[in-house]
Amino acid sequence: MSLDLPLIWAAIIATAVLLYVLLDGFDLGIGILFPFAASPAERDTMMDSIAPVWDGNETWLVLGGGGLFAAFPFAYAALMPALYLPVILMLLALILRGVAFEFRHHGRVRGKAFWTAAFAGGSLTATLAQGLVLGGFVQGVTLKGRAFAGGPFDWLTPYSLLVAVGLVAGYALLGATYLIWRTEGELQVRARRWAWLAAAVTAVLLAVVSLATLLVHPRIAVRWGFENGTFDLATLAPLLPIPLLGLVGLGVVALGIRRAHHATSLIGAYLVFLSGYVGLAVGFAPNIVPYDMDFRAAANADNALGLMLVGVVILLPAILGYTIWVYWLFRGKVGGDAGYH
Amino acid sequence: MAGVGAAGMAMELDALILSRLQFAFTIAFHIIFPSFTIGLASYLAVLEGLWLVTKNEAFKALYLFWVKVFAISFGMGVVSGVVLSYQLGTNWSVFSQVASPVIGPLLAFEVLAAFFLEASFLGVMLFGWRKVGPGLHFVSTALVAIGTLISAFWIISANSWMQHPTGYETLPDGALRAVDWWKVIFSPTFPERFAHMVLAAYLTTALVVGGASAWRILKRGPDDAPCLGLRMAIGMFAIVAPLQLVVGDLSGKEVMRVQPAKLAAIEAFWETRTEQPFHIAAWPDRAAEGNRFEISVPKLGSFITAGSASVEVKGLKDFAPQDRPPVFIVFWAFRVMVGLGVLMIGLGAWGGWLMWRTRGPEYSKPFLRAAVAMGPAGFVAVIAGWVVAEVGRQPYVIYGVLRTADAVSPIGAGQVSASLLGFMIVYAVIFSVGVLYILRLIAEGPETPLEDGDEPPGNPLGAATGEARP
Repeated sequence: MSLDLPLIWAAIIATAVLLYVLLDGFDLGIGILFPFAASPAERDTMMDSIAPVWDGNETWLVLGGGGLFAAFPFAYAALMPALYLPVILMLLALILRGVAFEFRHHGRVRGKAFWTAAFAGGSLTATLAQGLVLGGFVQGVTLKGRAFAGGPFDWLTPYSLLVAVGLVAGYALLGATYLIWRTEGELQVRARRWAWLAAAVTAVLLAVVSLATLLVHPRIAVRWGFENGTFDLATLAPLLPIPLLGLVGLGVVALGIRRAHHATSLIGAYLVFLSGYVGLAVGFAPNIVPYDMDFRAAANADNALGLMLVGVVILLPAILGYTIWVYWLFRGKVGGDAGYH
Repeated sequence: MAGVGAAGMAMELDALILSRLQFAFTIAFHIIFPSFTIGLASYLAVLEGLWLVTKNEAFKALYLFWVKVFAISFGMGVVSGVVLSYQLGTNWSVFSQVASPVIGPLLAFEVLAAFFLEASFLGVMLFGWRKVGPGLHFVSTALVAIGTLISAFWIISANSWMQHPTGYETLPDGALRAVDWWKVIFSPTFPERFAHMVLAAYLTTALVVGGASAWRILKRGPDDAPCLGLRMAIGMFAIVAPLQLVVGDLSGKEVMRVQPAKLAAIEAFWETRTEQPFHIAAWPDRAAEGNRFEISVPKLGSFITAGSASVEVKGLKDFAPQDRPPVFIVFWAFRVMVGLGVLMIGLGAWGGWLMWRTRGPEYSKPFLRAAVAMGPAGFVAVIAGWVVAEVGRQPYVIYGVLRTADAVSPIGAGQVSASLLGFMIVYAVIFSVGVLYILRLIAEGPETPLEDGDEPPGNPLGAATGEARP
C-alpha cells in the first residue's frame, strides 16, 4: 500500500494552521479587547481565563512553522522571505505579549501598566501582522524557479490591509465569545456587548473581503464561477455550502450571545472562521505558494514525510488527548482565585 | 542548490552578515533560558518528589519559590524560541531547502514530542494546584521536566548532524536524502554533545540556586530553606562539574576526529606537528597565519588533545584559508568555558570540604561570597561553549556540505537591518525587565512566610500539611 504522503501532510499542516487560528485566536482577541475592560480586576480575570492554556495554543504556531519547514521545505523557503517583514513583526509582537502573562504580575505600578499595554498592543499588532501574512499569501508570491523573487513590500496592498483589519474583528469576536463562556457577572455582560459589535463588524468585513478576494486574482474568481463578466452557476453551486456555513455560524453566534449560553457563541464564531478558511482555500488550493507552486512540488522527500507520519500517528492522539484534558481541567467560570502568584 | 548565485553573492553580502548577526543574537539570547529551565524543571521535580516523600517543609518552600522563577524564565524561553522556528525560513531559506530532507523530521519530532508536552503540563503545574491531587501535580512537574530533556535531545541531534553529517546521500541534482535515519539521529558526536548540554544545564541551574541561597544566607542568616538549597547545589557542583570535565574531554576527542579544523582553532595550532604546545593565552592572527603572542607549555597541547605528546595534531595551515574558522573567537571562547568549568570544580571541592570538615558552608562568608559571584557563571560558560561549537564549524553551516554564505535567503539588507534592530530593542527590554523581576524574587527569598492570600489556593502541598481545603 502506498500512501499519498504529500496530500496527507497538506491535510496535517492545514489542520495545524486552522487549530492555531481557532485556539490562539481567542487568546489574541482577549488582548485586543483588553483596553475596553472596565477595571484592572476585569483585566486580571480576562488574562486568568487563558493563562493556563495560551502556551499550548501558541505551540500550534510553532507546529505550523516547524511543520512547513519539515513537510514542505520549498514552500517554507519561498514564503518566509516573501513575507519577511510581517512575519518578523508578528514574532516581535508575540514576544511582548507572551512575556506580559508573567511580567504583569511582577511589575509594580508603572511596570504593570507597561505590560498591560504591551499585552494589548502586542496582541493587536500580532493579529494585524497575521492578517498581512494571510493577505500577502492569498494575493500571490513572485517566484523564480522555487525561490522568492519579489520585493520587500510586495505583501503590502489595500487588499492585505483589509484582510488584516478583518482578522482583528474576527479575533475580537473569538475573544469576546470565549469570555462569554468562561466568565460571569458584569464582565460577561460586557463581553456580550463586545461580541455583538465584533460579530457585526466581522460579518461586514467578511463580506467585503470575500468580494475583494474575487477581484484580487482572476484565478480565484474562476474557481467561484466568475470569468470575464460571465457567471457559471454549475461551478458555484457545489461551493455554496461554504458561505452558507458562515451564515449559519453568524446565526449561532447571535443565539449564543443572546442567551449567554456556555460556548455556543464561540462555536458559532468557529463556524464562521471555518467558512472563511475553506472559502479562501478554494481560491488557492492545491497551491501552497500561490500561484506557482503546488503542494506536491513543495513537498519534502517521501522517506522524511513517511518517518514524520509515524511520529504524528503516535504523538498527535496523545497531544490532542492531553490538550483536551487540560481544557477540561480548567473548565467552568474563572473566579478571582485562578492565579498562582 | 537553487538560490544565490555567484553574482548575487556580492550584492547580498550585507544581508548575509546582518542575518548572521541576527541569528547569533537571537539564538544566544534564547539558549540562556533553556539552559536554565532544563535544569530548573528537573530540580523542581526533585523538590516536589522529595517533599511528597519526606514531608520536609523546606522542600515545599523551595518549590513554591523556584516555580515562580521558572515561570518567568520558561515564558521568555518560549517566546524567543518561536522566533527560531520562523527565522530559518526568513533568513536561511537555502539552508532550509537543503537541510530539511534530513533534519526536518528531527525538528518536527521536537515540536510534537516536547513542546506540546511542556506547554500543556506547565499550565497544570502553575495553575492546577486546586484542580489535581498531589500525585498528579507531581506527574505534571515531572512531565514538564521530561519535555525539556526531549527537546534538548532532538535539537542537539539536529545540531550534531550539522556538525558532522552522516547517514545521507547527495542526489544528482544536489539535493540531500537521508539513507539511514539511525545514523542521522545518532550521528557520531551526538551522545557526548547531548550529555555535555544536559550537564551544562544542570550546572547552570545549580549555580543560580547556590548563588541565590548563599546571597540569602549572607543577608538573613542560615534559615532552613536556603541552607538546604545551598547544600543541594554544592552536591551538584561536586558531582556534575568534574563529570562535565570528563564528558567535555570526550566531546573534544570527537571534535579532533571529525572536525580537525575546529580543534586547531580551539587550540590555536597553526602547524601540523607532534609535540604541539598548549597555549594558555594567545593572540591568533589569521592574516599572519600565526599567533602574534602566546604563553605556552611545550608538548602539553598534543597530550591534552590526543593523549600523548608524540601524536601528530593538525594545524590550521593544513586547511585552505577559506576553510578555516575564525580562530581568535573560538580560541578565547573555549578558554572562557573551560576556565569557568575549573572554577566550578573548585567551588564544588571547597563546598564539599566545608560540609565534611566544618560546621557547614553556611558559616563561611568567603565561600558564600564566591557562590554568589559564580551565580551567573553557567550562562557565560554555556554561551561560550556554543560559540566554540557554532563559530568553530564555520565557514560551513552544514559541515563540509553547505557554506553559511550559500545558505542565506534572497532578501535585501534593509529588511534585515530593520528586523535586527527590532530584536535588539525588544530583547533588551524583556531581558532587563525579566532579570530585574527574577532578581527581585530572589531578593524576597524562599523562606518569607507566605501571606494567606499568597498561598496557591488549595495546593496539594499546603492541603497535606493540615490546612483546610476550601
